[in-house]
Amino acid sequence: MSVCLDIRGLSAELPNGQRVLRSVSLSVQPGEVRALVGESGAGKTMIGKAVLGVLPKSVRIVEGDMLIEGEDLGRLDAKARRTLIGARTALIPQDPLTALNPSRRIGPQMTDRLVRILGWRGERADTRIRQLLDEVQIRDPERVLKSYPHELSGGMRQRVLIAAAFAAEPRLIVADEPTTALDVTVQKQILRLIAQLQRDHGTAILFVTHDLGVVAKISQKVSVLYAGKVVEEAETAQLFAAPQHPYTRALIAATPRYTDPYASLKPVDESVLAGLTAEIAAADKDWRPGHG
Amino acid sequence: MDDARVARRGLSPRLWLAGGWLVLALLATIFAPLIAPQDPLAQDLMLERLPPFWLDGAEPGYWLGTDSLGRDLLSRLIFGGRIAFIVAFAAATSACLLGSALGLIAGYFGGWADRIISRVVDVWMAFPPVLFAILLVAVLGTGLSSVILAIAIIDWTRFCRVIRAEAMSQARMDYVESARIAGYGRIGIMLREVLPNVLPSVVALLSLEMGIAVIVEAILSFVNLSISTDDPTWGGIIAEGRLSIHQAWWVLVFPLITLILTVLSFSQFGEALKARFDPVLR
Repeated sequence: MSVCLDIRGLSAELPNGQRVLRSVSLSVQPGEVRALVGESGAGKTMIGKAVLGVLPKSVRIVEGDMLIEGEDLGRLDAKARRTLIGARTALIPQDPLTALNPSRRIGPQMTDRLVRILGWRGERADTRIRQLLDEVQIRDPERVLKSYPHELSGGMRQRVLIAAAFAAEPRLIVADEPTTALDVTVQKQILRLIAQLQRDHGTAILFVTHDLGVVAKISQKVSVLYAGKVVEEAETAQLFAAPQHPYTRALIAATPRYTDPYASLKPVDESVLAGLTAEIAAADKDWRPGHG
Repeated sequence: MDDARVARRGLSPRLWLAGGWLVLALLATIFAPLIAPQDPLAQDLMLERLPPFWLDGAEPGYWLGTDSLGRDLLSRLIFGGRIAFIVAFAAATSACLLGSALGLIAGYFGGWADRIISRVVDVWMAFPPVLFAILLVAVLGTGLSSVILAIAIIDWTRFCRVIRAEAMSQARMDYVESARIAGYGRIGIMLREVLPNVLPSVVALLSLEMGIAVIVEAILSFVNLSISTDDPTWGGIIAEGRLSIHQAWWVLVFPLITLILTVLSFSQFGEALKARFDPVLR
């Protein structure tokens, strides 16, 4: 089987020539969960958006290739690319509050993807949606399907979004910090649900997060990102057991622990940041802004 | 949730009062020939400047008195409402369709479309609207369709600006992005995801614009630039009443009250409708 997602040397920049992605390479095997960690602004969401073809207009890809199941996105025309992305990928968004249209009922919003991608309508789509709602443990699908988004809690909305993402059987799901906007108890349930559906459907997930605790729970592999550059890539267990890069070590050390929350809150060390800055500068040395 | 319900209850009398007046006025104008007690054009110099019914010297059948040519004021107000409502609906709807469509395109597509439409709006709004209207009617010639056209040509910018701003914020929403990922086209997304969310504002503005159209029509007929001088119009009656304010104040006051009530009702009705349309407030 071909690689589900293959990103090779992807670089992107802003109109002023500032690089937001620096030769990012990563691959996701079929059915695998790949975590993408880094602090805010590290470019992890940007990678997700690039894969889904929804980068902001100001961000321009200047180098590199993206392949979804062996098909090079760069070689397809815009329409074929949209069709491919629509059929093979889906997004679990960060904020369930803004990810559902407030003036449309849940039912039609969920069937949208089925109509567009599979051409399923009516009863067939309805059955499928109910099955998915059952999988995300929504016990009263009647009510939920007829509701407007504001009538549901954040956790319920995120369940709906997860169900909608899996509905058309994508090969790859980009989960963009899907638990960040939820409170801690709901976070746990949602995470468990995503893991469950991921296993059942055999879907690969590119899991964007800043939470190393989440990484440990859900992913098989991790890419650590800093300033748009992958600084370390490893199997999850290995990363926690023996982090290679000083930044990774600092991140793991900075994760708060329940036993002693205050003592464990350590900011990343100055020397580590200095090392990173030097690394980024080295990567940019033979970079000509605006080329490509 | 409780707050929303309180707010809704608070809104209801407003909706009923404003809607009630509009329905009453609308029905009266539609069935004007049946309802109006007198012929609005019949002059009778023996009956000139009769006062309204509660004052001494009032004549039965002339409830709101007569003007200086002896024409029945109530009948003239009812028939004048015909022009007012036709202009209100036709002009406001045209302005709404044109302005909302351009605003939606500018706000959602952005880029060149937005730049061109926004510059046109800026230039348009540099003209004082009433002067612009008088100028347009002077060029187009008087008559009902000219008045409607003039108001639509001038006031589409109100819709365009508001809808553009709302469409812009809608375009950044995650559900718009999700629809793009699923492979939906831009126009489909605009109509399905963006339009329903700007609709409450469109409705509120439409109702407000109907009120504005009534005023503009009154202004135009006040300066004798609306339709033919024979047919009664609210603005025309006000203009006549102004001349005889010292002898017959009612000829000025009643059309003014009618005008103000109607305009106020349109704007209040729009606001209340907006709250009704909004699924979060509903």
